[in-house]
Amino acid sequence: MSFISHLINGISLGSVYAIIALGYTMVYGIAKMLNFAHGDVIMIGAYVVFTSMTGMGLNPILSILLSMVVCTVLGVVIERIAYKPLRNAASPLAVLITAIGISYLLQNVALLLFGAGAKTFTNVVTFPSISLAGGKLTITGVTIVTILACIVIMVGLSLFVGKTKPGRAMQAVSEDRGAAQLMGVNVNGTIALTFAIGSALAAIAGVLLCSAYPSLTPYTGAMPGIKAFVAAVFGGIGSIPGAMIGGILLGIIELLSKAYISSQVADAIVFAVLIVVLLIKPTGLFGKNIQEKV
Amino acid sequence: MAMLTVKDLEVYYGVIQALKGISFEVNQGEVIALIGANGAGKTTTLHTLTGLLSSTKGSIIFEDRDITKVPAHKIVEMGIAHVPEGRRIFAELSVYENLMMGAYTRKDKAEIAGTLENVYKRFPRLEERKGQRAGTLSGGEQQMLAMGRALMSHPKLIVMDEPSMGLSPIFVNEIFNIIEEVSAGGTTVLLVEQNAKKALSIADRAYVLETGKIVLEGKADTLMHDDAIKKAYLGE
Repeated sequence: MSFISHLINGISLGSVYAIIALGYTMVYGIAKMLNFAHGDVIMIGAYVVFTSMTGMGLNPILSILLSMVVCTVLGVVIERIAYKPLRNAASPLAVLITAIGISYLLQNVALLLFGAGAKTFTNVVTFPSISLAGGKLTITGVTIVTILACIVIMVGLSLFVGKTKPGRAMQAVSEDRGAAQLMGVNVNGTIALTFAIGSALAAIAGVLLCSAYPSLTPYTGAMPGIKAFVAAVFGGIGSIPGAMIGGILLGIIELLSKAYISSQVADAIVFAVLIVVLLIKPTGLFGKNIQEKV
Repeated sequence: MAMLTVKDLEVYYGVIQALKGISFEVNQGEVIALIGANGAGKTTTLHTLTGLLSSTKGSIIFEDRDITKVPAHKIVEMGIAHVPEGRRIFAELSVYENLMMGAYTRKDKAEIAGTLENVYKRFPRLEERKGQRAGTLSGGEQQMLAMGRALMSHPKLIVMDEPSMGLSPIFVNEIFNIIEEVSAGGTTVLLVEQNAKKALSIADRAYVLETGKIVLEGKADTLMHDDAIKKAYLGE
C-alpha cells in the first residue's frame, strides 16, 4: 500500500514539474531559448498568493488569479526588456546568460522584499482527503487537485495549440519563423503570448508546489525549475506531451528513490536518469530527429 | 505607374554588400523573371521585398505605397505572397493546416473556403492528401503546397523563389504550367529562377543579376536570343 501511496505522490509532484516544464518547452519551441528564470517566476507567483492571502486577506481563488496576472505581466515584461533585444544576437549564449541573470535578479528582489526567512505557506486547497482501502491509503486534497489541474492544463493546451488560430501560429513560428512571417504571423506577438501562457502556468505551479511543500523562500523556485528543465529535456524539449510525460516520470522517479533508496541521493538519481536518457536518445523521449532537407 | 517599383536598393549582410543598388519594375499582369547565378542576389532581393531583410538604401513602392520599412508579417495583407526558396512548408502541420496558414490574415470564412476550393481545383493532389502531414509529401508536392499556400492569401503579386529547384523534369514542367495558369488567372508574377531557359520561356520581361547588380534587362524573347545570355545562362 505504501508503494501506491508513494506512486501517487510521485505523480502529483511530477504534475507540478510537468506544468513548469510546459513553460520551458513552449518557450524553447517557439523562441528557441532556454528561459532559466522560469523557475523564479514560480517563486514570485507563490509570494503573490502568500502576500495577498495573509497580508491582504483575499480569498484563495482571487489570490491565485491575481498571482497569474502578476506572473503573466512579469513574464511578458522580462521577455520584452531582457530577451527580445537579444533575439538576433550573434551568439545564443547572450540570451542564455541574460536568463540566468534574470533568475538571480528575481531571487534577490524577493530577498529584498520578503527577507531570507522561510514563510509558511497556507495550503490554499480546501479539497478533502480521500481515504481508500479501509484507511490504509490516504490521498490528500492537494495531491488530487494537482493531478487534476495537470490533466486540465494538458488537455486545454493541446486543444489551444492544435485547434485555434493563435495555436497554429505558434506551431508555425516554432517550425519556421521566417515562413510564418510570410504568412502574416506577428512573430513578436506570438513569442509574447507564449511567455504569457508559460508564466501564468508558472503561477499555478507555484501555488500547487507550495501547498504541498509549504516552506516558501526566495530560492523555492530554483530547484523545481531546474528539475522541470530536466523533465522537458527528458521528454524531448519543444514537445508538449513530452514535457508532460517527462515531468510525471521525473516526479515518480524522485519520490520512489526517496522512499526506497535514499532521500539524500534522490536528486542525484533524477539527474543520472537524464544523463542516461540523453545517452540513449539524445532528442529525449518525444523529441523529433530533425532532418535538414534541402 | 508600375505595380511594384524597386529603386536603388542596397542590402548588406554584415559588412558584405549583397545588393549594390538595384532597380526594377513589375507591371500589373506581367510575369517578370529575375535570373542570375548563385550568389547574384536574387533571393536577397525577394527577401528584402517581403520584409525578411531590411535595406540600407533605396525604396520599394507597391501600389503607390512605400513598403520599404514595412515588417514581413504585414506584407501579405497588402497583397504580396512569397513562395520561399526550399519551399519551407510547415512539415509538422497537415496539408490543410498549411493552406489555412496561407489564409492567416484573412477574416471572411466564406471567401477563404472559395479560395481553398480553387486551390484544390488547381492542385487536385493537395486535396487528396489534405489530412496528411506536409513533411511526408514528395518534393514536387511540397512545391505545389508552397504555391497553394501562397495563393490562399489571394495575392495581387506572387513572388516565387526557385520553384523548380530540385524537382524531376516532369514536375518542373508541371510547375511552370501552373505558374502560367496563375498568371492567366490575373495574378502578377515575379519569378526568381536558375533555370533561365524555362523562366524566359514564360516571362514577359526579365532582369539579369550579377553580384548584386542588374547587368541586363529586356523582353524575355530578346534576352533568350542574346549571345551573352545564351553563353552564361542557357548553356548554349
